[in-house]
Amino acid sequence: MSNWGSWSEFFSMGGFGLYVWGSYGVALVLLVGEVLMLWKRKRNIARRGHPEIASGETQLNTSFQGIQ
Amino acid sequence: MSKQRINWYKYAAPANFYPLAGKLIPLFAIPAAVLFIWGMYVGFFVAPPTDAQQHEYYRIIYIHVPAAWMGMFLYVLMALYAGVGWAFNARLGSMMATAIAPTGAIFTFISLVTGSLWGRPAWGVWWVWDARLTSTLILMFLYIGFISLQSSIDDVRRADRAGAVLAVVGVINVPIIYFSVQWWNSLHQGATITARSFKMAPSMRSAMFIMVGACWLYSIAVCLVRVRHIIREREQEAPWLTESPA
Repeated sequence: MSNWGSWSEFFSMGGFGLYVWGSYGVALVLLVGEVLMLWKRKRNIARRGHPEIASGETQLNTSFQGIQ
Repeated sequence: MSKQRINWYKYAAPANFYPLAGKLIPLFAIPAAVLFIWGMYVGFFVAPPTDAQQHEYYRIIYIHVPAAWMGMFLYVLMALYAGVGWAFNARLGSMMATAIAPTGAIFTFISLVTGSLWGRPAWGVWWVWDARLTSTLILMFLYIGFISLQSSIDDVRRADRAGAVLAVVGVINVPIIYFSVQWWNSLHQGATITARSFKMAPSMRSAMFIMVGACWLYSIAVCLVRVRHIIREREQEAPWLTESPA
C-alpha cells in the first residue's frame, strides 16, 4: 500500500476512479464472459452430439455403437 | 536421429491436434491468471503515483495498451492462419482463424472502450475521428465482418475461403493503425515504446509487459479451447470421434 494511504484513496484514484475502474471492469466482464460462453458452448456440443465424449478424451469411444 | 524427430505435420490433422490442444490449455491458462494478478499488483501498488503531467487515470494503460496490441497481433495471426488454410487447403488453419476472430474482436473492443475512458479525462472527449481511433474502429469492423461473413455461408470450406479473402485483404489496416500517429497529425499520443527508447518508469513498463504476457497466454488458451469446440462441431460425424480405437 505504499502508493495509497487508505483503501478509499485507492478506490478513488485521485478522482478518476470511475474511468480507471470502469476500464478494468469492462475488460473483466468481457474476458470472463468469453470464458463462460465457451463453457456453455462445450455443454451444448456435449448435449447435442456425443454425450460420451463430453467428459474428456479418456472416455472417448466407450459406448458408441451408432454408425453402420 | 531423424527417426526421433517430431512429425509436425501430424498435428495439422484436427484428429491429432484435438487431444494435443487439450493438454496444452492449462499450460497457458494457469500462467495467464498468475500474470494478470501480478501485473495488476505491480501496476497499482508498485508503479509510482502520478507525476504532474498524467493523473491517476494513466493506470488505464495496463489494460489499454496490451488490449490494443492484442487486437492487432491477433488480426495478423488470424489472417496468416486463414491464408494458410486457404492456400494449402489445410482445414486446421481455417479453424484456427475462425477460433481467433472473436478473441481479437474482444480485445479490440476493450482497447476502444478503455481508450474512450482515458480520452474523456485526458482530452475532454469520449471520441474523436482521429486516424488512430478510426483505423482501430475499422479493425473492429473487419473482425465483425469476418465473423458474420463466415457464419452466413453454410458450406464451411466456402465460408473459410471467403473469410480468408477478407482477412488477408484487411491486413493492410494493421500497419495503418501502427503508423497512424506518425503519418497524420493525431490527438493520440505517439509510441511510448520504440526499439530505441522507453519513455516510462521501469515499474510501469514491467507492469505493462506482464499484462501483455498475460493477454497473450489468455488468448492462446481461449483460442485453443475454441478451436477444439470448432473441431467437435465440424467433425461430428468423423470416425475418429466415434469409432472404437483399434
